[in-house]
Amino acid sequence: MASLQAKAKAIETTSFVIITSLSYIIIAFLLFVLGYIFLEGYRALNFEFLTAFPKSEMREGGIFPAILGTLYLMIGSSVISVPIGVMTAIYLTEYVENIKVLQFIRLGINNLAGVPSVVFGLFGLSVFVIFLDFGSSIIAGSLTLGILNLPLVIRSTEEALLTVPTSYREASLSLGATKWQTIYKIVLPTALPGILTGIMLSLGRAAGETAPIMFTCATFYTPNIPDSIFSEVMALPYHIYVLATAGTHIEATRHIQYGTAIVLIVLVLSLNFTGMVLRYKYRKKFKQ
Amino acid sequence: MVKESLKSALNIHNISDRMVKYIFAVVGFVSVSFLFLIMIFLFKEGFPIFKTVSLKNFLFGTSWYPTSDPPKFGTLPLIVASLSVTSIAAIFAVPFSLGIAIYLSELAPAFVREIVKPTIELIASIPSVIIGFFGMVVVAPFLQDHFDIDTGLNLFNASIMLAFMAIPTIASISEDALSSVPVSLKEASYALGANRWQTIIYITMPAALSGIWTAIILGIARVLGETMVVLMVAGGATTFPTSLFDPVRPLTANIAAEMAEASYRSDHYFALFAIGIILFLLTMFFNIIANYLSMKYKFKYH
Repeated sequence: MASLQAKAKAIETTSFVIITSLSYIIIAFLLFVLGYIFLEGYRALNFEFLTAFPKSEMREGGIFPAILGTLYLMIGSSVISVPIGVMTAIYLTEYVENIKVLQFIRLGINNLAGVPSVVFGLFGLSVFVIFLDFGSSIIAGSLTLGILNLPLVIRSTEEALLTVPTSYREASLSLGATKWQTIYKIVLPTALPGILTGIMLSLGRAAGETAPIMFTCATFYTPNIPDSIFSEVMALPYHIYVLATAGTHIEATRHIQYGTAIVLIVLVLSLNFTGMVLRYKYRKKFKQ
Repeated sequence: MVKESLKSALNIHNISDRMVKYIFAVVGFVSVSFLFLIMIFLFKEGFPIFKTVSLKNFLFGTSWYPTSDPPKFGTLPLIVASLSVTSIAAIFAVPFSLGIAIYLSELAPAFVREIVKPTIELIASIPSVIIGFFGMVVVAPFLQDHFDIDTGLNLFNASIMLAFMAIPTIASISEDALSSVPVSLKEASYALGANRWQTIIYITMPAALSGIWTAIILGIARVLGETMVVLMVAGGATTFPTSLFDPVRPLTANIAAEMAEASYRSDHYFALFAIGIILFLLTMFFNIIANYLSMKYKFKYH
């Protein structure tokens, strides 16, 4: 009996050691990936790298047009995803009465979230670039990324709205406010940090996605800053991809690839980090 | 008089309130309609290929030479590549993910949990092009130096990178499932003399099983649809893999690699959209199963 228990105890200890180390191996790998790219690339970073156009067939100069293009796509995609996403979430949490309708929309949104990003690229190509004849352009890329980001915005907004205590709504309604006044003046302001989380995460995703922009807006090189929403753009993730795989100077542009990777990582992770901090604070506020 | 005006003011409020509701409903349905719009355009642009190639030859044809004369549109090597990359990635990702999930939900002290959990989640936000880039410039040369192989860009490399990307998805959903197992079940187990590990293995894990399956299926769906990593790291050969270190070209990578050269509404263009249909249906299938499992799980404990 005693030895059986001792054996069980030994198995328990061994298993716990294994499980704990599995977790820290993954964290170590994450730190290794980020650390390696930073150590290899930080020398490429300087003021010129961030503010200049590429020079001598990409081997020198900066990545300014790619940074600008990515910012355009972030703004453009959120113009689509934020209003539609937030309104859909309000409809789902505040208005829908029929459970069947709720389940139908939820299932649709879940499936939209699961569509592979390259399929969004095909969709953007066939609808925005060709069918609506926008050509490869900022607007085609923004629409594609905006729809790609819808489920993300809807889910985070829903979560934020559901966290707002029912008593807030009841208090407002009992003072004679209508439903819309309650949503607009009480629920939305209270849920704002949670909604901002969704916006931050979606901005980060728009900045980092490559496959959806490959056929809809991204180009290898533009000599000028894009002059309208119908221009093609350079973008950070596409820049890394092209330089690392298709350029004629794959080795000679290595430092620029690393530098661009650092800029993209810092941009995306800081957006995600801000979003996560906002969500953490918001959840904590309403935790009893 | 006062009463009258108050009444009409309330009426206006009521009408505008109802209009607001309809506006929101329309927007809600617009959101879902994008899913159908994607489906419609995929089928519209993909279906014409079946005038040239039969569905059977498209799915089971063994050679993909879209630009040869006559072109060959057999996607079987691409499908096999997708399935092998996905299953090997799952074999790597699942043990790590479950380890992390158990560690976070059962072992880690609260303050460690609050740091480790968001750190794991942060992995999910790293752009896939970065993971692909790392696989190209670090993992591929490493594999080439330490194994006797032709190229470091292969099935194995892609699977490891994809496993890394799938871990946060699988770990975080499994962790939610494990955490929502009622404490009373565990207490009953302790009361019978089981230790913590026995309780985890015989009580908590089985109770959370449908949630864990949901997590694994969603992770697999994510890996199957991932493009940039396999495009940059899998090697790109459209042949059947015979070893773990052979270069392959999964479905997603094939679309991304060839779309730029396929001229508009050519057979090649149609064929790439038809591959999109396969991907769309496969991932939708996985998502519907995951959705079904998580509903079942919800009804069990909430």
